[in-house]
Amino acid sequence: MTAPLHEPTAEAAPSAAEEAVLAGSAEGKAVQGRSLGRIAWERLKRDKLALTGGIVVLVLIAIALLAPVITNLVGQDPETHHEDLIDPLFSTPKGSLGGISADHPFGVEPVNGRDVFARIVYGARISLLVGFLSALVAVVLGTVLGVLAGYFGGWLDAVISRVMDGLLAFPQLLFIIALVSVMPNEMLGLTGTGVRIFVMILVIGFFGWPYVGRVVRGQTLSLREREYVEAARSLGAGRLYILFKELLPNLVAPIIVYTTMMIPTNILTEAALSFLGVGVKPPTASWGQMLSSAIDYYDSDPMYMVIPGLAIFITVLAFNLFGDGVRDALDPKGSR
Amino acid sequence: MSEKPEDAAVTTSAQSDGAGPKPAAGTTLTKDAAPGETLLKVTGLQKHFPIRKGLLQRQVGAVRAVDGIDFEVKSGETLGVVGESGCGKSTMGRLITRLLEPTAGTVEFEGRDITHLGVSGMRPMRRDVQMIFQDPYSSLNPRHTIGTIIGAPFKLQGVTPEGGIKKEVQRLLSVVGLNPEHYNRYPHEFSGGQRQRIGIARALALNPKLVVADEPVSALDVSIQAQVVNLLDDLQQELGLTYVIIAHDLSVVRHVSDRIAVMYLGKIVELADRESLYKAPMHPYTKALMSAVPIPDPRRRAAKSERILLKGDVPSPISPPSGCRFHTRCWKATEICTTKEPPLLELKPGQQVACHHPENAEDQAPQDTVLLTAAKEAVELVPDAVVSADAAQKARAEATGEEPEDAK
Ligand SMILES: Nc1ncnc2c1ncn2[C@@H]1O[C@H](COP(=O)(O)OP(=O)(O)OP(=O)(O)O)[C@@H](O)[C@H]1O
Ligand code: SF4
Ligand SMILES: [Mg+2]
Repeated sequence: MTAPLHEPTAEAAPSAAEEAVLAGSAEGKAVQGRSLGRIAWERLKRDKLALTGGIVVLVLIAIALLAPVITNLVGQDPETHHEDLIDPLFSTPKGSLGGISADHPFGVEPVNGRDVFARIVYGARISLLVGFLSALVAVVLGTVLGVLAGYFGGWLDAVISRVMDGLLAFPQLLFIIALVSVMPNEMLGLTGTGVRIFVMILVIGFFGWPYVGRVVRGQTLSLREREYVEAARSLGAGRLYILFKELLPNLVAPIIVYTTMMIPTNILTEAALSFLGVGVKPPTASWGQMLSSAIDYYDSDPMYMVIPGLAIFITVLAFNLFGDGVRDALDPKGSR
Repeated sequence: MSEKPEDAAVTTSAQSDGAGPKPAAGTTLTKDAAPGETLLKVTGLQKHFPIRKGLLQRQVGAVRAVDGIDFEVKSGETLGVVGESGCGKSTMGRLITRLLEPTAGTVEFEGRDITHLGVSGMRPMRRDVQMIFQDPYSSLNPRHTIGTIIGAPFKLQGVTPEGGIKKEVQRLLSVVGLNPEHYNRYPHEFSGGQRQRIGIARALALNPKLVVADEPVSALDVSIQAQVVNLLDDLQQELGLTYVIIAHDLSVVRHVSDRIAVMYLGKIVELADRESLYKAPMHPYTKALMSAVPIPDPRRRAAKSERILLKGDVPSPISPPSGCRFHTRCWKATEICTTKEPPLLELKPGQQVACHHPENAEDQAPQDTVLLTAAKEAVELVPDAVVSADAAQKARAEATGEEPEDAK
């Protein structure tokens, strides 16, 4: 045998010791192979930057989930007014740096004196909720439609591809602004803020799916020509078997990569919408909306602008670092 | 590749299988068709891939990948199929394994018409007809373990082998010369040759009768090619398999085939016993293929005087040349070749050829003697030794004395 590594032969199976070395583990007789997923995970573990991003993301998720607990610990809540801390003449917080104190670690808002720390913590809920759920909507729609177009082809592909082209060319931000501003105040048992969040998730997700759909369609087109698909067919496999057993396992990696890159984009879109006043309305806290109201005080109370800005920046950066790491870990040749 | 002496030894015994009655082979044999009986019969087989354009997907033309071929494969024999890239060999292989549906013609397996069977109709037949693929990197799903890959045939066919799937997978792994303990590994942990063995194990899992191998070794390192060919050969003897082996040049199929079909642009141009084909090829295209791997570049023609150099590339199968499809590159082409398609005729027992002016046989259109201009150019690429006497004379009469100068 001339094959490079440990070409095994039936007659002379390697000894148990060799086996262990080959498999990189010392367990049992059967040699445990390393799946591509495991290889990717091992690669990701070595990527310090991506790991840092991942940890920050986890911390942010914890903050969002535990928002009431955290604010209780600090003894604040996002909606109580503290007018006593506001300078009546300029409407800005008393004291330096936007009223940062032991009680209010990030200071208080101008005019009404709401606690900025509590509002940032609660704002994380909105950002992550909209970011994740809209990405979920986009990924589900994009995967289903992309696979349909790529796998079944023909007129279905022609129609779906044209719809994707159309949506990608659509001035989506303007459309979302228009749509959200004419939304009714009550819908599907939700009121006010609930309706707005729900609509934002749907609309951001809806305009996001063509990006996923395009990638998934292209991948499906190339995967469906692989010989292992033919091999499955030559064994009598039907379309569903091929779709679920042969194609989807190979689509998971690109879908994960695309999702991790989509979440920060969607968080930014939410911030932009709230900034423009069509997203979440006060008193509910959102980073974009805080940034927007901070504009009026940018020279008298710059801290009020810096803090939500940093929150957005750190969140998006963390997601992007993590996403890049995931892509690098999943991408290299392994996926063929 | 398989020019080594030990290959020859193995293949000699393999050849004796096909023709005469087969010595009682492996004990696993439960074949219906006795050796020598027709296992697969193909009549007028066509595959035209429609070319569609626009939103409405209107058909604007067709790739005539396989355009009317007839042949039979007898139980226990090996049919080699050769031809340049794009001649429709893979398409033919996918038609007989019914991965593609023919546009016209019939495919009969053990006397049963399987031409238009659907997925569920074909499913039981799938046990008997299996395929080995060309690219060992794309033929194994990277997300599945070897155990899953080789076990898939049993799952898909709802068969539980004696002793369970895992045990059978391990047995198959050792049959193809791999370590049975590696069933939990993933394809990327194996070399190209090993992967091809995995593909072979998968094809053999259901104990098929006919195995179609589409360029089974062309993606492999030359040093590994012989091993894989020998494995296929040994397995044939052990299991009484019938093979259709596709290759793009004759060297791969040379030792393992009992009969060889030469394809050009979707047609079989010559179909003959191995001996006859090698001793006296009749079709000019076969002769060119045999002289060497064709080198399309005429500037290099002087370098290798033994070779027949085909000029240009294979024409497009979308609008193949009229008459004989080879006439644009043939050095014997005459008027009749451009208008009348030569039928595939048995000019000698065991040797069919489709040519108006075959080599090593009686001219089928002796009245037509004037060479085409293209043929006159082509003949300059053909060494004197190869051009049959009168054709050479004819050519020289016209292309007076230029050739010797050129050749210098
Ligand atoms: N699915 C398809 N749709 C359209 N055209 C196709 C399709 N499959 C093959 N063809 C065309 O049919 C012709 C024959 O292809 P085929 O793959 O059968 O050739 P081949 O002899 O196997 O060549 P190679 O040696 O390169 O594998 C080619 O021109 C190819 O482009
Ligand atoms: S001689 Fe005519 S018929 Fe024969 S191969 Fe050449 S072109 Fe075709
Ligand atoms: Mg091919």
